[in-house]
Amino acid sequence: MFNHLLSLLIWLPIVGAVPVLIAGSRHPMAARVLALLVTVVTFLISLDLLVQYDPNGAVMQLAETHRWIAYWGIHFSLAVDGISVALILMTTFVGILVIGGAWKVIQNRPHQYMACMLVLEGLLVGVFCATDALLFYAFFEAVLIPMFILIGMWGGPRRVYATLKLFIYTFTGSVFMLIALLYLYQQAHTFDLATLAALPLTMREQTWVFFAFLFAFAIKVPMVPVHTWLPDAHVEAPTGGSVWLAAVMLKIGTYGMLRFILPITPDAGAHYAWIVIVLSLVAIVYIGYVALVQEDMKKLVAYSSVAHMGFVTLGIFIAFMLVRQSSDLDVATLGLQGAMVQMISHGFVSGAMFTCIGVMYDRTHTRQIKDYGGVINMMPWFGFFYVLFAMANTGLPGTSGFVGEFMVILASFTASPWIAIFATFTLIIGAGYTLWLVKRVLWGAVVTEQVAKMKPLEAREAWVLIGFALGVMAIGVWPQPLIHLMDSGVAHLLQQLAVQKV
Amino acid sequence: MPTLNDVLIMLPELYVVTATCFLFMLDAFMKPAQRPLLHWLAIGVLLVAIFMVVAGQPEGTVTAFGGMFVRDQVAEIIKVFALATTAMVFVYGRPYLIDRGLRGGEFYTLMLFAVVGIMLVVSAGNLLTLYLGLELLALSSYALVALNRDQKLPAEAAIKFFVLSALASGMLLYGMSMVYGASGMGGEATLGLAQLNQVLGYTTAPKLLQFGMIFMIVGVAFELGIAPFHMWLPDVYHGAPSPVTTFISAGSKLAAFGLAYRLLATGMGDLGEQWRLILAVLATASLVIGNLVAIVQTNFKRMMAYSTISHMGYLLLGLSAGNPEGYAAAMFYAICYALMAVAAFGVMLALSRAGFECEEISDFKGLNQKAPWMAFLMLLAMFSLAGVPPLFGFWAKVMVLEAAIHGGMLWLAIVGIVTAFIGLYYYLYVIKVMYFDQPEEGGAVAAKPDRSLRVVLSANALSLLVLGVWWGPLLGWCKRAFGA
Repeated sequence: MFNHLLSLLIWLPIVGAVPVLIAGSRHPMAARVLALLVTVVTFLISLDLLVQYDPNGAVMQLAETHRWIAYWGIHFSLAVDGISVALILMTTFVGILVIGGAWKVIQNRPHQYMACMLVLEGLLVGVFCATDALLFYAFFEAVLIPMFILIGMWGGPRRVYATLKLFIYTFTGSVFMLIALLYLYQQAHTFDLATLAALPLTMREQTWVFFAFLFAFAIKVPMVPVHTWLPDAHVEAPTGGSVWLAAVMLKIGTYGMLRFILPITPDAGAHYAWIVIVLSLVAIVYIGYVALVQEDMKKLVAYSSVAHMGFVTLGIFIAFMLVRQSSDLDVATLGLQGAMVQMISHGFVSGAMFTCIGVMYDRTHTRQIKDYGGVINMMPWFGFFYVLFAMANTGLPGTSGFVGEFMVILASFTASPWIAIFATFTLIIGAGYTLWLVKRVLWGAVVTEQVAKMKPLEAREAWVLIGFALGVMAIGVWPQPLIHLMDSGVAHLLQQLAVQKV
Repeated sequence: MPTLNDVLIMLPELYVVTATCFLFMLDAFMKPAQRPLLHWLAIGVLLVAIFMVVAGQPEGTVTAFGGMFVRDQVAEIIKVFALATTAMVFVYGRPYLIDRGLRGGEFYTLMLFAVVGIMLVVSAGNLLTLYLGLELLALSSYALVALNRDQKLPAEAAIKFFVLSALASGMLLYGMSMVYGASGMGGEATLGLAQLNQVLGYTTAPKLLQFGMIFMIVGVAFELGIAPFHMWLPDVYHGAPSPVTTFISAGSKLAAFGLAYRLLATGMGDLGEQWRLILAVLATASLVIGNLVAIVQTNFKRMMAYSTISHMGYLLLGLSAGNPEGYAAAMFYAICYALMAVAAFGVMLALSRAGFECEEISDFKGLNQKAPWMAFLMLLAMFSLAGVPPLFGFWAKVMVLEAAIHGGMLWLAIVGIVTAFIGLYYYLYVIKVMYFDQPEEGGAVAAKPDRSLRVVLSANALSLLVLGVWWGPLLGWCKRAFGA
């Protein structure tokens, strides 16, 4: 059996960026084709994960460990559980769609754009399968480099402000995590995550480490009140950058919580879970209202992303409450599973929403809602997709958005009806801002000349949207395979957070 | 009497001195048409010296001339990198010097003498050798800064450098005399570094010793460019011809690390509890001042000067741990910094042309559109200086932070990390200017077609990426050198 599958998935896109760069300056079309080829091959190879990963087997599979820095006990060690497999598959799938989405739009140095995309994809896969804390950190931070260039070079008018804000904000959070990791290294003399998980820590140590981790990951998720970089970054980013940002980059924040906070600081996590739960509810309710008043479509979707990610953090930390208070593992499992499904679902839905906005922006070069109206008359097929994704965004049953949110609300009802009541608000507010957006953009008569000139959907754009739609519908109609895939991973996480270290 | 063995131990230094004198004579008697040869000969001298250092590497530590000269792995590693970065300076600086008509033999001979100074400092086993090496380095550096003597800025920089440096040398010498005196009270007076460490603990004049120690730390801090003794650095960086700036930021900082290590760790290692906190406070001042002031600079060389100040603060993080792991981390950092600085200045040198210094940050506007490869190399250097993984600078930072935490100074590590993200801004700003701005009239156009420059510079900058992924062996050397 070939056991370097994970390394291959990381390095193939990164190394693939080199020929794209070389081909690019004179032959932009060659660069595009090469980039698409690399992403397609990477996706096909990543499908092999489904074959090789056995949901009923050990928790961490396909492990590979290479001695990296012998003097310091850092290993290049990778492994996946079901959660990672799902996220990696989503990453490689979205990778194809963003290359397809940027095919014609990016005319300014397309080879550099494509290379950025490929490097980003490889690094994100690396984040999802690193099992060495410092290796994780390296991938986690390195993601910022292509993202910084992506927004800065191909972004909107305020791109420099947005990209510097993104970089400095997220870097600031992560450096405290680095200090925490170095502190843990002093205790454990290794960066191996499994060893760190078993490390006994006093409550005081756990508290400090917990807040260092929380700060780092909360900025990445992003949680209220450190979410302000996200709307700026989204508004200025090119469509591809927005899609990466919303679909995958936000997930590395919540993924980090699963891999670091839950196993390493379970007691502090349980003790301070209420903080995260309150912040999540604020994100769900308050940010929902903020989304309602936005005039820029991208900003609206960006704020709705913050609100939806609130469900993920809520699902993760409600599990703490449930396990510690009632030791009710079944409901806790439900909450955590809901959070996982919501992560994947939000990846497809928000990616699709940003792609839709990109499609319209390419035709009219405006993102202001007031400049639209009656788009459905000019682009009927596009309208179909747009409504589909909007419904998924509101959490309509049958779409992926429903499954995760419903599971999290069910779990939180057991913990406290109040939490559930506030969380349920999202169904109303979410429907409010999304449907109102659809109403103002799609329906009605054609009001402006720009809209009247809009051309129907091209085949290439349609294929990208079909790709997203498949993901949304598959999870919405039949989530069982996804949940089964992540079963052992979720169960293991629950065991880890149930351990009392103090 | 010096024996043949003494001479053999010191052979690389003696060779460089002899070869430099030979080059000096050759320069005087050469026909002008043959002058370009000097460049290659000087590089040849450095490469042969590297070979001699590596090939003659002793087992463990050997001393010569009655302990005046020490040859151990620490000295060997610093020498190799000091020689190598100087050779890079020659390669990067050649087109610059040709354009400005500065390419006389004096540049090469002065640089080579300065290198001998570095080699002596890092190999010193005695306060006198240390001072001798330092003065040789300093005197050559003054002249190098003033190389472009017809212009005001270099002359001003050289005078500032000379006056302040002389003051610092005086401090150092004064401190040495006090420590020498303290060693004589209660023990046998000695100038030998290793012996000092043994007798200083028994001195009957601890106050005298402390004063001496503080004076010596001031001298060391000046050489490193540590705040509040950093004032000379921006002016000298700015005023000196760019190749000399490059040398001061790379080779001289390696020497300054050697000086600090020899004086503090070898000479007063057992008094570590007394100087560790001083270094920690100096490091804090440097990190804060360097990173904050760098933000407002518009001149690339001045920005790099403040960046140097902050990076020397990180280096002190390692030294202030006061244990072999900490020294190893600090040396790792010094080497890393030298490579990064040479790469960043190398791009600047490659982009300058006759009458155009390319020293304002705005000169880099839109570089990605005109010289994408150079912009990429600068990008690597900047991300590495900022300490973003997976580049080399990140791992060096992790090492010194770990050393500080290991040494029980968690607060210092937190200062280091907080200033790291303050400092992030000005490195990102350079990248922003190169990648996100539109090119302007009068900015940098294209890189020099000089092939040796392009090849070496590319290798230099890419090494930051390669070492960022594969830094194990280098760390291993550093750790083994200190027995950590």
